[in-house]
Amino acid sequence: MEVQYEIRGGDFSAAGQASSEIKKLLKQFNIDPQIVRRIAIALFEAEVNVVAHAYKGIMKADIDTDSIRVTVEDEGPGIEDIDKAMEEGFSTASEAVRQMGFGAGMGLPNIKKNVDEMILTSIPGSGTCLKMKVLF
Amino acid sequence: MKTNLKKLAADLDFEPLSGINLLDRIPQSAYVSDLLSDVIGKAQPGMLWITSQVHKNIVAVASLKELSAIIIVNERQIDDEVVKHAEDEGVVILASHLPAFETAGKLYIYLNRAE
Repeated sequence: MEVQYEIRGGDFSAAGQASSEIKKLLKQFNIDPQIVRRIAIALFEAEVNVVAHAYKGIMKADIDTDSIRVTVEDEGPGIEDIDKAMEEGFSTASEAVRQMGFGAGMGLPNIKKNVDEMILTSIPGSGTCLKMKVLF
Repeated sequence: MKTNLKKLAADLDFEPLSGINLLDRIPQSAYVSDLLSDVIGKAQPGMLWITSQVHKNIVAVASLKELSAIIIVNERQIDDEVVKHAEDEGVVILASHLPAFETAGKLYIYLNRAE
Protein backbone atom coordinates (compact mmCIF):
# COMPACT_ATOMS: atom_id res chain seq x y z
CA MET A 1 0.00 0.00 0.00
CA GLU A 2 1.39 3.39 -1.00
CA VAL A 3 0.54 6.85 0.28
CA GLN A 4 2.17 10.21 -0.25
CA TYR A 5 1.91 13.63 1.32
CA GLU A 6 3.23 17.03 0.39
CA ILE A 7 5.21 19.02 2.95
CA ARG A 8 5.44 22.81 2.69
CA GLY A 9 8.69 24.43 3.74
CA GLY A 10 8.32 27.03 6.49
CA ASP A 11 4.77 26.01 7.42
CA PHE A 12 5.19 25.01 11.07
CA SER A 13 1.44 25.06 11.76
CA ALA A 14 1.07 22.08 9.38
CA ALA A 15 4.25 20.30 10.49
CA GLY A 16 3.45 16.80 11.69
CA GLN A 17 0.35 16.29 9.56
CA ALA A 18 1.92 13.79 7.16
CA SER A 19 3.49 11.73 9.94
CA SER A 20 0.26 11.86 11.93
CA GLU A 21 -1.74 10.54 8.94
CA ILE A 22 0.70 7.66 8.45
CA LYS A 23 0.62 6.87 12.18
CA LYS A 24 -3.20 6.69 12.08
CA LEU A 25 -3.00 4.39 9.08
CA LEU A 26 -0.51 2.06 10.82
CA LYS A 27 -2.68 1.88 13.92
CA GLN A 28 -5.38 0.22 11.81
CA PHE A 29 -3.04 -2.69 11.14
CA ASN A 30 -1.97 -5.23 13.69
CA ILE A 31 1.46 -3.70 14.34
CA ASP A 32 3.25 -3.56 17.71
CA PRO A 33 2.39 -0.10 19.18
CA GLN A 34 6.03 0.42 20.13
CA ILE A 35 7.06 -0.02 16.50
CA VAL A 36 4.32 2.39 15.39
CA ARG A 37 5.66 4.90 17.92
CA ARG A 38 9.22 4.53 16.56
CA ILE A 39 8.01 5.08 13.00
CA ALA A 40 5.93 8.12 14.01
CA ILE A 41 8.92 9.71 15.76
CA ALA A 42 11.21 9.20 12.76
CA LEU A 43 8.61 10.55 10.33
CA PHE A 44 7.84 13.58 12.50
CA GLU A 45 11.52 14.50 12.73
CA ALA A 46 11.93 14.03 8.98
CA GLU A 47 8.88 16.18 8.30
CA VAL A 48 10.09 18.95 10.62
CA ASN A 49 13.46 18.90 8.82
CA VAL A 50 11.72 19.66 5.52
CA VAL A 51 9.59 22.40 7.12
CA ALA A 52 12.62 23.94 8.86
CA HIS A 53 15.13 23.76 6.04
CA ALA A 54 13.61 23.12 2.60
CA TYR A 55 11.21 24.88 0.23
CA LYS A 56 8.97 21.89 -0.28
CA GLY A 57 9.04 18.13 -0.05
CA ILE A 58 7.16 14.88 -0.49
CA MET A 59 6.81 12.03 1.99
CA LYS A 60 6.09 8.69 0.34
CA ALA A 61 5.32 5.63 2.42
CA ASP A 62 5.16 2.08 1.14
CA ILE A 63 3.54 -0.22 3.70
CA ASP A 64 4.16 -3.92 3.19
CA THR A 65 3.23 -6.96 5.28
CA ASP A 66 6.58 -7.03 7.11
CA SER A 67 7.94 -3.48 6.86
CA ILE A 68 7.41 0.15 5.99
CA ARG A 69 9.70 2.08 3.64
CA VAL A 70 9.48 5.84 3.64
CA THR A 71 11.19 8.29 1.31
CA VAL A 72 11.28 11.99 2.14
CA GLU A 73 12.56 14.03 -0.76
CA ASP A 74 12.85 17.80 -0.76
CA GLU A 75 13.83 20.75 -2.86
CA GLY A 76 16.02 22.93 -0.75
CA PRO A 77 19.55 23.98 0.17
CA GLY A 78 20.66 20.38 0.71
CA ILE A 79 23.28 19.26 3.23
CA GLU A 80 26.93 20.17 2.71
CA ASP A 81 28.39 17.63 5.11
CA ILE A 82 26.19 14.65 5.94
CA ASP A 83 28.53 13.19 8.60
CA LYS A 84 28.45 16.54 10.38
CA ALA A 85 24.64 16.73 10.08
CA MET A 86 24.36 13.32 11.74
CA GLU A 87 26.30 14.53 14.80
CA GLU A 88 24.14 15.17 17.85
CA GLY A 89 24.02 18.91 18.56
CA PHE A 90 24.99 20.12 15.09
CA SER A 91 22.34 22.22 13.34
CA THR A 92 22.13 24.92 10.69
CA ALA A 93 18.60 25.96 11.73
CA SER A 94 17.71 29.65 11.81
CA GLU A 95 17.25 31.57 15.04
CA ALA A 96 13.48 31.68 14.47
CA VAL A 97 13.38 27.88 14.20
CA ARG A 98 15.51 27.51 17.35
CA GLN A 99 13.16 29.81 19.27
CA MET A 100 10.44 27.24 18.65
CA GLY A 101 12.56 24.55 20.29
CA PHE A 102 13.61 22.94 17.04
CA GLY A 103 17.11 23.04 15.58
CA ALA A 104 18.80 21.42 18.56
CA GLY A 105 20.70 19.10 16.24
CA MET A 106 18.87 16.04 17.49
CA GLY A 107 16.46 15.32 14.64
CA LEU A 108 18.65 13.16 12.43
CA PRO A 109 20.18 11.25 15.40
CA ASN A 110 16.62 10.65 16.67
CA ILE A 111 15.64 9.27 13.28
CA LYS A 112 18.66 6.96 13.21
CA LYS A 113 17.80 5.59 16.67
CA ASN A 114 14.25 4.75 15.64
CA VAL A 115 14.60 3.10 12.23
CA ASP A 116 16.20 -0.14 11.07
CA GLU A 117 17.72 1.33 7.91
CA MET A 118 18.47 4.93 7.01
CA ILE A 119 20.07 6.33 3.87
CA LEU A 120 20.61 10.08 3.64
CA THR A 121 21.81 11.64 0.40
CA SER A 122 21.94 15.24 -0.70
CA ILE A 123 22.96 17.50 -3.53
CA PRO A 124 23.95 20.85 -1.99
CA GLY A 125 21.96 23.65 -3.60
CA SER A 126 19.34 21.23 -4.91
CA GLY A 127 17.81 19.04 -2.24
CA THR A 128 17.94 16.12 0.17
CA CYS A 129 16.62 12.57 0.02
CA LEU A 130 16.07 10.48 3.15
CA LYS A 131 15.14 6.82 2.87
CA MET A 132 14.06 4.89 5.95
CA LYS A 133 12.91 1.35 6.60
CA VAL A 134 11.34 -0.13 9.72
CA LEU A 135 10.60 -3.83 10.12
CA PHE A 136 7.35 -4.85 11.83
CA MET B 1 -3.46 4.48 44.83
CA LYS B 2 -1.53 6.51 42.28
CA THR B 3 -2.52 10.14 41.83
CA ASN B 4 -4.36 11.03 38.64
CA LEU B 5 -4.05 14.32 36.75
CA LYS B 6 -7.27 15.70 38.22
CA LYS B 7 -6.05 15.40 41.81
CA LEU B 8 -2.55 16.52 40.90
CA ALA B 9 -3.86 19.63 39.13
CA ALA B 10 -6.11 20.51 42.08
CA ASP B 11 -3.38 19.92 44.68
CA LEU B 12 -0.68 21.88 42.81
CA ASP B 13 -2.93 24.62 41.43
CA PHE B 14 -2.47 23.77 37.75
CA GLU B 15 -5.29 24.95 35.53
CA PRO B 16 -6.55 22.39 32.97
CA LEU B 17 -6.85 24.05 29.54
CA SER B 18 -7.57 21.01 27.38
CA GLY B 19 -8.54 17.37 27.80
CA ILE B 20 -10.84 17.90 30.79
CA ASN B 21 -12.31 14.43 30.28
CA LEU B 22 -8.83 12.83 30.18
CA LEU B 23 -7.78 13.83 33.70
CA ASP B 24 -8.08 10.28 35.02
CA ARG B 25 -4.65 9.60 33.47
CA ILE B 26 -1.96 8.56 35.92
CA PRO B 27 1.23 10.53 35.26
CA GLN B 28 4.56 8.69 35.28
CA SER B 29 7.30 11.09 36.37
CA ALA B 30 8.06 14.24 34.36
CA TYR B 31 10.49 15.76 31.87
CA VAL B 32 11.58 19.40 31.67
CA SER B 33 12.72 20.79 28.33
CA ASP B 34 12.00 23.49 25.78
CA LEU B 35 13.78 21.56 23.03
CA LEU B 36 11.23 19.51 21.12
CA SER B 37 13.69 16.97 19.73
CA ASP B 38 15.09 16.46 23.22
CA VAL B 39 11.60 15.54 24.42
CA ILE B 40 11.08 13.30 21.39
CA GLY B 41 14.36 11.56 22.07
CA LYS B 42 14.31 11.25 25.85
CA ALA B 43 10.80 11.54 27.35
CA GLN B 44 8.94 8.33 28.14
CA PRO B 45 5.26 7.55 27.52
CA GLY B 46 3.01 8.69 30.38
CA MET B 47 5.35 11.43 31.52
CA LEU B 48 4.33 15.01 32.27
CA TRP B 49 6.17 17.55 30.12
CA ILE B 50 7.09 20.90 31.67
CA THR B 51 7.79 23.57 29.05
CA SER B 52 7.47 27.25 28.22
CA GLN B 53 6.86 26.50 24.52
CA VAL B 54 3.26 27.29 23.55
CA HIS B 55 3.18 26.82 19.76
CA LYS B 56 1.11 24.21 17.99
CA ASN B 57 3.89 21.65 17.53
CA ILE B 58 3.99 20.84 21.26
CA VAL B 59 0.69 19.03 20.73
CA ALA B 60 2.22 16.83 18.04
CA VAL B 61 5.16 16.00 20.31
CA ALA B 62 2.92 15.13 23.28
CA SER B 63 0.72 12.97 21.08
CA LEU B 64 3.71 11.30 19.43
CA LYS B 65 5.29 10.38 22.76
CA GLU B 66 1.94 9.58 24.42
CA LEU B 67 2.73 11.94 27.29
CA SER B 68 0.11 12.23 30.04
CA ALA B 69 0.04 16.05 29.92
CA ILE B 70 1.90 19.21 28.95
CA ILE B 71 2.43 21.67 31.80
CA ILE B 72 2.89 25.21 30.49
CA VAL B 73 4.87 27.43 32.86
CA ASN B 74 5.27 31.18 33.44
CA GLU B 75 1.60 31.93 32.70
CA ARG B 76 2.33 31.98 29.01
CA GLN B 77 -0.71 32.68 26.86
CA ILE B 78 -1.83 29.86 24.60
CA ASP B 79 -3.75 30.46 21.38
CA ASP B 80 -7.26 28.99 21.16
CA GLU B 81 -6.13 27.20 18.02
CA VAL B 82 -3.48 25.28 19.98
CA VAL B 83 -6.00 24.36 22.70
CA LYS B 84 -8.46 23.15 20.07
CA HIS B 85 -5.75 21.11 18.35
CA ALA B 86 -4.91 19.53 21.74
CA GLU B 87 -8.59 18.65 22.27
CA ASP B 88 -8.72 17.00 18.83
CA GLU B 89 -5.55 14.99 19.49
CA GLY B 90 -6.43 13.93 23.03
CA VAL B 91 -3.62 15.96 24.59
CA VAL B 92 -4.02 17.38 28.11
CA ILE B 93 -2.61 20.87 28.68
CA LEU B 94 -2.25 22.21 32.23
CA ALA B 95 -1.17 25.75 33.05
CA SER B 96 1.15 26.43 35.97
CA HIS B 97 1.37 29.94 37.41
CA LEU B 98 4.97 29.35 38.43
CA PRO B 99 8.24 29.31 36.47
CA ALA B 100 9.74 25.98 35.34
CA PHE B 101 12.10 25.55 38.33
CA GLU B 102 9.37 26.00 40.95
CA THR B 103 6.88 23.95 38.96
CA ALA B 104 9.34 21.06 38.61
CA GLY B 105 10.34 21.33 42.26
CA LYS B 106 6.78 21.14 43.54
CA LEU B 107 6.01 18.31 41.17
CA TYR B 108 9.13 16.36 42.16
CA ILE B 109 8.19 16.46 45.83
CA TYR B 110 4.54 15.73 45.08
CA LEU B 111 5.13 12.73 42.81
CA ASN B 112 7.71 11.17 45.13
CA ARG B 113 5.41 11.63 48.10
CA ALA B 114 2.43 10.17 46.26
CA GLU B 115 4.38 7.02 45.39
